[in-house]
Amino acid sequence: MRYLPKSPADREEMLRAIGIRSIDELFAPIPEEFRLKRDLNIPRQMSESEIMAWFRARSAENGTDNAIFLGAGAYNHYRPVVIDSLVSRGEWFTAYTPYQPEIAQGTLQAIFEFQTMICELTGMEVANASMYDGSTGAAEAVMMAMRVTGRHKAVIARSVHPEYREVIRTYARYQGLPLTEVAFSNNGRVDLTALDREVTNETACVLIQSPNFFGTIEDVAAVAEIAHRKGALLVVSIAEALSLGIVKPPAEADIIALEGQSFGVPLSYGGPYVGVIATREKFVRQIPGRLVGETKDRNGKRGFVLTLSTREQHIRREKATSNICTNQALIALVANIYLTIYGRAGLRELAKQNLAKAAYARQQFAKSAKILFDGAPRFNEFVVQTREESYDVSHRLAQKKIIGGFPLKKFYPELGNAAVWCCTELNTRAQIDTAAQEVR
Amino acid sequence: MAQQGIKKATTHPSQNEGLIFEKSSPGKKAYRLEPLDVPEVDEAKELGAAARADLGNLPEVSEIEIIRHFTRLSTWNYAVDYGMYPLGSCTMKYNPRVNEAVARLEGLAGVHPYQPEMVTQGALRVLKSLSDQLIEITGMDAITLQPAAGAHGELTGILLMRAYLESKGNPRKRILIPDSAHGTNPATAAMSGYQVENLKSNASGMVDLAALEAQMNEDVAGLMLTNPNTLGVFDEQIGAIAEILHAKGGLLYMDGANMNALVAKARPGDFGVDVMHLNLHKTFSTPHGGGGPGSGPVACKKILEPFLPLPVIGEDANGLLRLEYDRPQSIGRVRMFFGNFGMHVRALAYIMANGPDGLRQTTEDAVLNANYIRKQLEGVYDLPYTTSSMHEVVFSDKLQQKNGIKTGDIAKRLIDYGFHPYTVSFPLIVHGALMIEPTESESKEELDLFIDAMKSIAKEAEQSPELVQGAPYNTRLSRLDEVAAARKPVLRWKPQAAGVAE
Repeated sequence: MRYLPKSPADREEMLRAIGIRSIDELFAPIPEEFRLKRDLNIPRQMSESEIMAWFRARSAENGTDNAIFLGAGAYNHYRPVVIDSLVSRGEWFTAYTPYQPEIAQGTLQAIFEFQTMICELTGMEVANASMYDGSTGAAEAVMMAMRVTGRHKAVIARSVHPEYREVIRTYARYQGLPLTEVAFSNNGRVDLTALDREVTNETACVLIQSPNFFGTIEDVAAVAEIAHRKGALLVVSIAEALSLGIVKPPAEADIIALEGQSFGVPLSYGGPYVGVIATREKFVRQIPGRLVGETKDRNGKRGFVLTLSTREQHIRREKATSNICTNQALIALVANIYLTIYGRAGLRELAKQNLAKAAYARQQFAKSAKILFDGAPRFNEFVVQTREESYDVSHRLAQKKIIGGFPLKKFYPELGNAAVWCCTELNTRAQIDTAAQEVR
Repeated sequence: MAQQGIKKATTHPSQNEGLIFEKSSPGKKAYRLEPLDVPEVDEAKELGAAARADLGNLPEVSEIEIIRHFTRLSTWNYAVDYGMYPLGSCTMKYNPRVNEAVARLEGLAGVHPYQPEMVTQGALRVLKSLSDQLIEITGMDAITLQPAAGAHGELTGILLMRAYLESKGNPRKRILIPDSAHGTNPATAAMSGYQVENLKSNASGMVDLAALEAQMNEDVAGLMLTNPNTLGVFDEQIGAIAEILHAKGGLLYMDGANMNALVAKARPGDFGVDVMHLNLHKTFSTPHGGGGPGSGPVACKKILEPFLPLPVIGEDANGLLRLEYDRPQSIGRVRMFFGNFGMHVRALAYIMANGPDGLRQTTEDAVLNANYIRKQLEGVYDLPYTTSSMHEVVFSDKLQQKNGIKTGDIAKRLIDYGFHPYTVSFPLIVHGALMIEPTESESKEELDLFIDAMKSIAKEAEQSPELVQGAPYNTRLSRLDEVAAARKPVLRWKPQAAGVAE
């Protein structure tokens, strides 16, 4: 086996050194009846060229030159080549959690930079080293709000990504955390009157997403006012992180749960992505996951370490803030590099291109279909209602190598034949024009 | 003095590098966008009050500065690519390059999770193939690939147990967890709404059967067991353990963190395990990435299958794959989309590269390596449990403590010798533990260097303990003040003007 660095003679010599004749003696602790006495029934050992060929065939089955108009929680942005060039260095991807800071300063400093950039982008005071993704990050943020407030109910906008809500439901089920959902109004934003009714003195938090699942930017200040009046926290989930390049961050939020996939992370059929929780300094001891802090070594030189670990499972066990251990450090590094490449000016320019593409597409689609939720601002997503059945539209477009919007029927049957479309900097005018002609 | 006897490493210049923010200056750029092919928009008009004024202190630098910045930082890390990384229970094995190549193929890396099934058959086939092969490897009946990491898999697995017991009329109240368990186990049980009941280990470091018998009753949902456990010991009473649990209607959960000791040699499904998670980033060679991403598939027996997270993969008579959502008893979703697909691709490539014979040889080499280290260091370091070791061995610092040297000191000195330290002070049942897992990826030469280093440090601990206590010497930074970091946390950079001193 080509990954194993021992010759038969090495193995013999090691067995002799241990004082045994056969490797089987080392497996003696496994009771005879439980030892596998046959080959595993899996394909035979393959060469590298065979492996490449098999995956190339799978890659071809998915198709490679589709025009993608899907967003809905995963965004098709350009990935500068510098990213893979850097993260392919073994020092980044073959290291583990920086438990030994003297030989992990690279990872630690990179996370410290990531935490800083997330704070700058979100307007929050602290950010963690990452969560698995936006959906579990949102669930953890809701549980964090429970710990902070000592309250045990949560109110969630129905305009939050449906799969995020499903994940939160799974997490909340055994935490004694009843969830209430609040409808959206006809501009696509959360219904403030209904929200006001649902939030009580027992509500730990209100969770909204902005831009929400329909692409609509919520009136965060108004939602915050309602939540805060009853002593609840406001948790804002952000699935399209690039929106922060041009949309005001939800400064009124107490906790922001961000999905960072837009920052240079491949779509990769849904993962790995990178979640992150950002919040106010006063809540830092309730934040889940790893945190990196600045300190000094014995000679007074600046360095970084994992810190405030008394919140975490390896110290607190069943009293920990979360069971999370492994995070998404390498994907946080991808985001860090991406944000460094575009930086202060580029991120804004890029976000502005997304805004312009989506605005143009809305005009084109409006010629033969209906744009829903026109009464509130949007970033790069919008909802198109058609006369034709949504899945038929998708199917027809897919045959022309156009991946159309995400049909909403499954989660929002009341919207009829509606789909949420997304335009990024990668959607050309020609693609948009072609798609608009097909959508009726 | 500090360099004497060190064979594996020599110091060489290491580049200094500040924070990226400290290199920033307005007007520098590392990007250029395509010309906009649609009409420009006025953001104030489009967004109104939601328009953002500016982007704060995000950096402005050029491309060469970015390459140098992240390359310099990278050289400050130790990595598997540099040498042995014997973190116990972390399985720091070689990360094959073909895994990285296939995960980056455009038709896999560029697939949107909501693409119609007619244009995701390739991705679905990857999920289906990996599922089938992991089911065969574990000896279980069904699997979900959705959990994003080991602890996330634990949560999924315990929720499956809970949903199953609930369907039988009583979810029960408690989960038994051995005192040797990872911290994630009790944290998971608590997140799933269970009380944690500690289960004592016996003198050999295994489950105390009498204690288990006494503690097991109709209020106990099950036991979370790591096997081999965190001492690297396979619990030979596993059949009896499963029987005791099953007799009272409880379930056996296995933490698969140590599966690298078992693949192709024994299958948890054959020894009574009802549900388990795997760590693809340990056993199946997906890279640890400086702390993640991981992937934590959960395999289970038939009785738990109806409760698996949504969706599951189905296949019709024509071989067409699809996602199935109609599962009324499902625990729901634990993550959006389908889990860490990029890791699934890599793990599948690893299994294909190995085949049945490669996987068996891999496991045998992992166990051989751990036992070789044990044999060579026994007597030099105290071996608190003499029970047979599988893929890892746990020593204690008892012999070195006489000279005031603790496991953490030995670990820091090991850095000077060119190695990443072992896992320090875990498992908790061993005072001053040195938990060593070499994996199969180490040659005899590298193991001999490690053994040599450990022996040399033991000698230093006797002859010049202050040398060991002051380590490391050959790193960029000396020991860092972790107490100060936690007392007054500085968790982000701020511009000088705002008053952060360097």
